[in-house]
Parts: sequence; structure tokens; C-alpha cells
Amino acid sequence: MSATLIYSEVEEDLRASVRDLLADHASPAAVLARCESDQPYDLELWRLLGEMGATTLHVPEELGGQGASMRETAVVLEELGRSVAPVPFLGSAVLASAVFTVLGEPVPSETATLVVPFSSWQPVFSSGPVRSVADATVASLFIVPVSTPDGPELHLASSATVTPVTSLDLTRPVADVTVSESTVLARGADASNALRVALLTGAGLLASEQVGIAERCLFDTVAYLRERHQFGRAVGSFQALKHRLADLYQELVTARAAARYAADALATGEDVEIAVAVAAAHCSDVAVHAAEEAVQLHGGIGMTWEHPAHLFLKRAKADQLALGTPDRHRAALAELVDLRL
Amino acid sequence: MDADALRAKAREFVANQPTTDRLEFLRARFDAGLAWVHFPEGLGGLGAPRALQSVVDTELAGTPDNDPRRIGIGLGMAAPTILRFGSDEVKKRFLRPLWTGEEIWCQLFSEPGAGSDLAAVGTRARRENGRDGDDWLLTGQKVWTSSAHTARFAILLARTDPDLPKHQGLSYFILDMDQPGVEVRPLRQITGEAEFNEVFLTDARIPDAHRLGAVGEGWKVAQTTLMNERVAIGGNAAPRESGMLGAVAKTWRENPDRHTSALHDRLLRHWVDAEAMRLAGQRLRQQLAAGAPGPEGSAMKLGFAKLSQALSGLEVELMAEDGLRYDDWTLRRPDLVDFTGRGPGYRYLRAKGNSIEGGTSEILRNIIAERVLGLPSEPRVDKDVAWKDLPK
Repeated sequence: MSATLIYSEVEEDLRASVRDLLADHASPAAVLARCESDQPYDLELWRLLGEMGATTLHVPEELGGQGASMRETAVVLEELGRSVAPVPFLGSAVLASAVFTVLGEPVPSETATLVVPFSSWQPVFSSGPVRSVADATVASLFIVPVSTPDGPELHLASSATVTPVTSLDLTRPVADVTVSESTVLARGADASNALRVALLTGAGLLASEQVGIAERCLFDTVAYLRERHQFGRAVGSFQALKHRLADLYQELVTARAAARYAADALATGEDVEIAVAVAAAHCSDVAVHAAEEAVQLHGGIGMTWEHPAHLFLKRAKADQLALGTPDRHRAALAELVDLRL
Repeated sequence: MDADALRAKAREFVANQPTTDRLEFLRARFDAGLAWVHFPEGLGGLGAPRALQSVVDTELAGTPDNDPRRIGIGLGMAAPTILRFGSDEVKKRFLRPLWTGEEIWCQLFSEPGAGSDLAAVGTRARRENGRDGDDWLLTGQKVWTSSAHTARFAILLARTDPDLPKHQGLSYFILDMDQPGVEVRPLRQITGEAEFNEVFLTDARIPDAHRLGAVGEGWKVAQTTLMNERVAIGGNAAPRESGMLGAVAKTWRENPDRHTSALHDRLLRHWVDAEAMRLAGQRLRQQLAAGAPGPEGSAMKLGFAKLSQALSGLEVELMAEDGLRYDDWTLRRPDLVDFTGRGPGYRYLRAKGNSIEGGTSEILRNIIAERVLGLPSEPRVDKDVAWKDLPK
């Protein structure tokens, strides 16, 4: 196995550029203020990410992209996770874009989304309203899996009835979507395969976002425990607390390796299913653990609305359900590695 | 010396070595500077970069070797310390038979009263005038010593001045194990085996010429030894589902009628954790190869211990009525340790040592928290107190 699990210089440069942009646009205070405003998404940040090419990195040049790979897109997701940036990156630049790319269709410049429940882990073609779709409220293109008498089809719609719902994740809200008029994008096996690949790609890349969430939660908590004094000492000097952070660090080390391996597998096409199942199962739980520890170890302040820890907890918990719970991915793994019940 | 020159030298050595005797071959290899190329000329090396050792190892593959697993403590701990702190005479005397495996080494650091707190060692070294100059007489007890029963020499940490704070009163010695004042007893573990020993020292004699570093500088010298302790990062990546996971997955597949959904869920969780650990090890090796070693290594042992204990515990449960049996409690003295050897019961019990040996998981968590994450240390009450006045 020759997967490269370390970051290249190009990837580190890309990370630095995205991090700079996010420092200006997605500070914790700004993200917190936005999530209860009229527009929970930061469309200006989304536009700037598109301008710098960060939204089409893995899309081949002939389909309108940068011709890089999933590895680079994964690095962008790590940074977006670190700041729980409210942009429709996963719905548009990952899920919808994967469908277009698999089908060999040019990727449109409009914001798009895949009309499936965000908790989906396997292709389902249905009809009627779809609940809990991510990144739908700001989409102007909708890819819809539709069950027809002739078999499964993927449809494309330029309008839909989108009903925002009160969402657990304040920084990536979901909405209910009903599509009435649409055109056929793909049929039969092509449609099934495109949807399967998109969900696999989404779950594999989401792991990188989860690494970003976990990293931010860990290091913000470390910084706080160095500053916070009780009993005449920095509370970070108590072993009861520092050992929990050491365990979290160990989880972050393995989560990063698993997420990098999944990104590399998606880039090369080798060992994709196992790589994604491992990364999705592992990184989901690590991100939730990190966010839960952040809330607990911040003590009272971590339980307040004004402190951003809850934004990370809500994102991490929603991400754990997104594109298949760890349980679903472990069940898939049981088949893939022949460890059946 | 560059890679091409070294390769040529190694080829020439192989071509011109008529001997078939294993020991003679190893001695000749040492004398040709092809033992450890980063050591100086005359001491088994050529003063070449350490990274070029692989060139030699590749060229000499298939020739008699010194069984590095059997002499690991000598190679990994004693040799670098002797090289750095030994006199010319000491280096000449000890390095060659150490490398060829003619003389096995062990490490006498830990004591019943000095485990995680190694600087608390209480084995006393007292100066005495001997026939050939100063000697040291050592009295005390060491513990958890692998290879003590086969070792000819030991590296040893002892207290030369109990009136100083604990880190300052230590000195570092080479001990001849083959003398009346040294008694080695097997230390039986919870597995029934005795991989390790207790070593009792009663006026064991060490010539002053076999002291490494100045009197009172033992802690500093020991740091060199411990920093060189071989990090468990092999040259090659472990294959997927190997080690403890491999053993347990095999048991799972061979016992389909013992499956339960709860055990299945746990097994899959561990499978994921093991694969993520394996990938993290691979990532770490890539960082090292790229010349940018990260701090991630400190987390690996912690994860390994947790995982091997969880997996081996699961396996015993899976075995149901057979999990109530054990293969053999007889006190054995294994030559080499295999964590996954023998049966599930042994694997379960031996894995308990993984979070103790080579630094407990609690100490590792302190190290990660303080050195990697930068959290403040616990207040220390023992740093400026004479060793003799510390509560024991």
C-alpha cells in the first residue's frame, strides 16, 4: 500500500490560504452572530471560496474544475470544520459536484445540492418530499433521486419548494425539499452508481471536516485550561483533566490518519469502500468526543450560548448522523472484511 | 562516504569473505566498519550517515546476522551510551562483542521503589580502594530486567550521594553480571511465565574505569540511554488485520456459533480503531522519512495498549466455556516474547503489561499533555529535597 498520508507542500499552502480567509470571515463571534440572523449562510465567504478555486479542486479541468484531487478538497474541509464555517460546501462542492463529475457532466457554477436526507448512507430513490436536506436553502440547482416505473433516475431541477426547519446544527441547517419540475440527468445503473459514489465521497470527505472539528475543540480546550485558574493552579495542571486531553490527542492522531487515507483512496480509487467506512466510523465519534470534552472541560462557560463550544458540539453531533452513522459504516465494514455476525 | 561507495565496499566484503563460521563472519564485518556505519572507524562503523545503514543491510542480506531481537538492549541502549560516555578503552573492550552477540547486555534501572519515578533509585554505590585503583561496591535490588539470566554485562543506575536531591546523586555504571555479588531470580508474571528477572546486588564490584559519565551525572547519562530506546517503528508497515487484531479476527471466524451481536459490535469498533492505529503508524513513518518527525509517536503506545487489552478481553469472552480454560501456568523462561503467541487467556493477561512496560499509560498521558499539548505540570514536592529525606 503506497497511500501518502502526510500533507504535501501544495496542500499546506492551500490550507494556509483557506485559513487566512476564514480568519477574516468566520471568527467564532461572527459565526455565532450569523446563525440566528435572516441568512445563516455566509454567501460572501462562499463566493470568495469559489473565486479562489477551493470549491472545484477535485473537478477535472474539462468539467470546469481545478484538476487537483480529493486530497486537496479534504484539506479545505479540515479548515472549514475548524471554524464551522456556514457555507454550503459539503452539499454543493462535494455531494452535487460528485454526481456531475461521475456522470462526466460539466459542474455548474451555481450552488447545488443533492436532495437526500442528510442522514442517508446508501442510495435510495423515492418520490415526494424529502426531509432534512443539507445546504438546500441557498441552492439554486437540485439533484433529485427519483423512483420511476422505468427504474431509478437522477433528475435536475432549477427550482424547488424549500422549507427551512429548526436544525440541530446551527451552522449547516437542513430543510425539507419538494421538487415538482425537473429534467432527467441520468437513468438506471448510471443514476444508481452516481448516487452511490456521491454518498461514499461525501462520507469519506466528511471525515476530514470532523478532524478539523476535533482539532479545534482539543486545542481551544488546551488553551483555556492553561489560562483558567482554580485552587490556585492552572486547571490544566490537574492530571484528571490533562489525561482526558492526552486521550483526545491520541484519538486525533488516529482520526487524521484515517481521514487522510480516505481522501487518498478517493483520489486514487484504491480501497475506497474500506477506507471510507473506517474514516467515517472513526472520525465521527472522535469529533463528537472532542466537542463533548470541550463543553465539559470548559465548565460553566462551555454551557453558555455566548461561548462557541456549542456550535462545534452541534456540528459534530449532526455530522455523526450525516451520510451514515458510525454504526452503519461498521455494518458495511463487517461485510467488506468478512467479519459477519 | 556516500551510498555508492558504501555499496561497493559492502559488495567487496561479501565477495572476499571465505569464512562460513557465523561468529568469525560477524567479527570481520564489525572490523570492516559494516556493523553500524554511523559509528566511528575502528568501532564497527565508518562515520557515515545513519541513514546509509540500509544500503549495507541490503547488500548483506542473507549473510549470518547477530539476531538483533535477542541483543536489543545492547544494540539499542548500551551501545549508544557507551559510545557517547565511554573511555577509548571501554569502547574498545565492549562494543565488538556487544554487536556480534557474544556478550548479551541487560539494563538495571527500575527498582521496586523506582518505577515511573526512575530518578528515585536507591541502589547504593560506595567507593572502595581496590587493588587496581578505585572500585565501587553496589548493594540494592533491581527489577523487571529482561535478559538478566543470559546477560554478561549490565548498564546500571545507582545512587552515589543520598544527601543530594534525587536527580543529582546518581551515577551510571557497567556491571559485570558474572560475580558472586549478583544474584538473578526469575520474576514470575501473571501469565505464569518469567520473561523478566529480579536482580539482587550485595557488594557487587565495579571498577571505576567502568563508570560512564562523571560521578553525579548518572541521570544525564541515563537520558541518552532512554532517548535511544528503540522506538517501536519498524522499517515496514504492518499489514492490515495483523497483530492482536489478526489473532482475534481469526478466532471470530473460526467460532461462528459463539457470535453475539454485542460482541460483534465491539469487534468492529476495535477493527476500526486498529486500522486507524495502523494508518497512524504508517503516517508517522512517512513523516520520519520526510525528515519531519511529528510528536504523534508519543500517542502510539498509548493507543496500542488500549487496543490490545480491549481486543484480548473480547476474545476471552467470545470463547465461552473455553474462555474458562488456560493453556499452561508452568513457570517458563521464554527466549523471545510474542504478545499474540499462545492462547486467548495468555494474550489477555500479557496485554495487561502493555500499559505498564516502557512507561505506564498514565505517565505517557502526562508526557503527551505536558510536552505535546503544553499543559502545565503538577506541582513538584521532590525536586529540591535530599533523596534520603524523601518519603519512601
